[in-house]
Amino acid sequence: MFKAFLSLLKRDLVMGFRQSTDLYMILVFFVIAAALFPLGVGPDPAVLGRIASGVVWVLALLSILLSLDRIFAHDYEDGSLEVMLLGPQPFIILALAKTLAHWLSATLPLVILAPVIAIMLNMDMSGIPALMYGLLLGTPTLSLIGAVGAALALGARRAGLLMALLVLPLFIPVLIFGVTVIDAALNSFSIRPHLLILAALLAAAIPLAPWAAAAAVRQAVTNK
Amino acid sequence: MHKFANPTKFMKVANALFPVFCIGFIGLLSAGLYYSLLNSPEDYQQGHTVRIMYVHVPAAYMAVMIYAVMASCAASSLIWKHPLADLIARSSAPIGAAFTFLCLASGAFWGKPMWGTWWVWDARLTSVLIMFFLYMGYIALLNAFDDPQRGVKPAAILALVGVVNLPIIKFSVDWWNTLHQPASIIRLDGPTIDGGMLTPLYIMMGAFTLFYLMLLVIRLRAEFAAARIRTIRILGEG
Repeated sequence: MFKAFLSLLKRDLVMGFRQSTDLYMILVFFVIAAALFPLGVGPDPAVLGRIASGVVWVLALLSILLSLDRIFAHDYEDGSLEVMLLGPQPFIILALAKTLAHWLSATLPLVILAPVIAIMLNMDMSGIPALMYGLLLGTPTLSLIGAVGAALALGARRAGLLMALLVLPLFIPVLIFGVTVIDAALNSFSIRPHLLILAALLAAAIPLAPWAAAAAVRQAVTNK
Repeated sequence: MHKFANPTKFMKVANALFPVFCIGFIGLLSAGLYYSLLNSPEDYQQGHTVRIMYVHVPAAYMAVMIYAVMASCAASSLIWKHPLADLIARSSAPIGAAFTFLCLASGAFWGKPMWGTWWVWDARLTSVLIMFFLYMGYIALLNAFDDPQRGVKPAAILALVGVVNLPIIKFSVDWWNTLHQPASIIRLDGPTIDGGMLTPLYIMMGAFTLFYLMLLVIRLRAEFAAARIRTIRILGEG
């Protein structure tokens, strides 16, 4: 079972990096959208510094949303998902592997790019480590919740739009605590309690989200 | 319980109860409106504005309760594949969404004179707003597929995923220090509202519940009629 997990993880990662144009487009979206904010609200460093934490988090959230169709949609279209469902391994494990692969290939680059954006938006240096800790603990939860949304929208009309409607409300808790981590750091409070809440959200999402995603994929494939 | 999973049996009972719901609703609503608008004390701080509560609190209670009904129907439709549970969940969703909207809107009308603002991003308000989005997502997902039956299961799964929001709504006022006042009816040490206000509130809650049941029966009848028309059409074409 663990072997299946690893081989699916490897396969998805290889596929993800071979179709790296998708990945570049998402990263470019992240940067372009961030560049719109100084143009929209004006280049005043004080204003930008105050909204930087929220802007980086919201953009990370939207970029993840754009990449969610990579988790299941391709395999749904070419029939690989059916083969995976027919295999002896529980699909929950495979859904977890696919989500982890999505996080490593599509979300981790965003996390690495995030401090650059934060500095461009004039975030105070003391907030950068908090931003990174928050993103590292929060984005896996976003990938997991996103996997549920992606699985639910399989085969729907306008799946991308539908996914946004399903997933964004569920992203809100992560966003709230991700931003409070940075605010706590900027006001020199302890960031530990907020990080612990993010960790708790992740700990709840790891067992529950793949289970829901697996149920959704199974019914999508059987009703294809 | 499974005995009533048969739609014909269920509708027989529902149709028999329907007049009870209607009369009960009209009776309770008139009593509730009389008490809440005319025969209940003013609040010593809020004055007459407190009367908004008699719509706001029952609407909030209905919004949460209908979500719970929808989610348990979703669960039983996934576990036992009761077609009736699907129909109840599907018919309840727009009613629940409307009550959530009513709750948010009446809260805003109360908030403007009392808090000085229509809306604050407080934990209780935000979690109820999320519930409104979950209702919208449920309805959208239900109708997102070309085959109408195809949306039933994904929507049921979404409804179950959204259940995590219910305890957050209930306990948001305890976990976070918010502008919204803490729980004052369902508490371990009993309600903290004056009896003169509590009676009309309970009557209004009863009226809202009967209103939901009344609408539910009407919507279920419509769903069954639609299903019958679909069958007739298919038979007619074949």
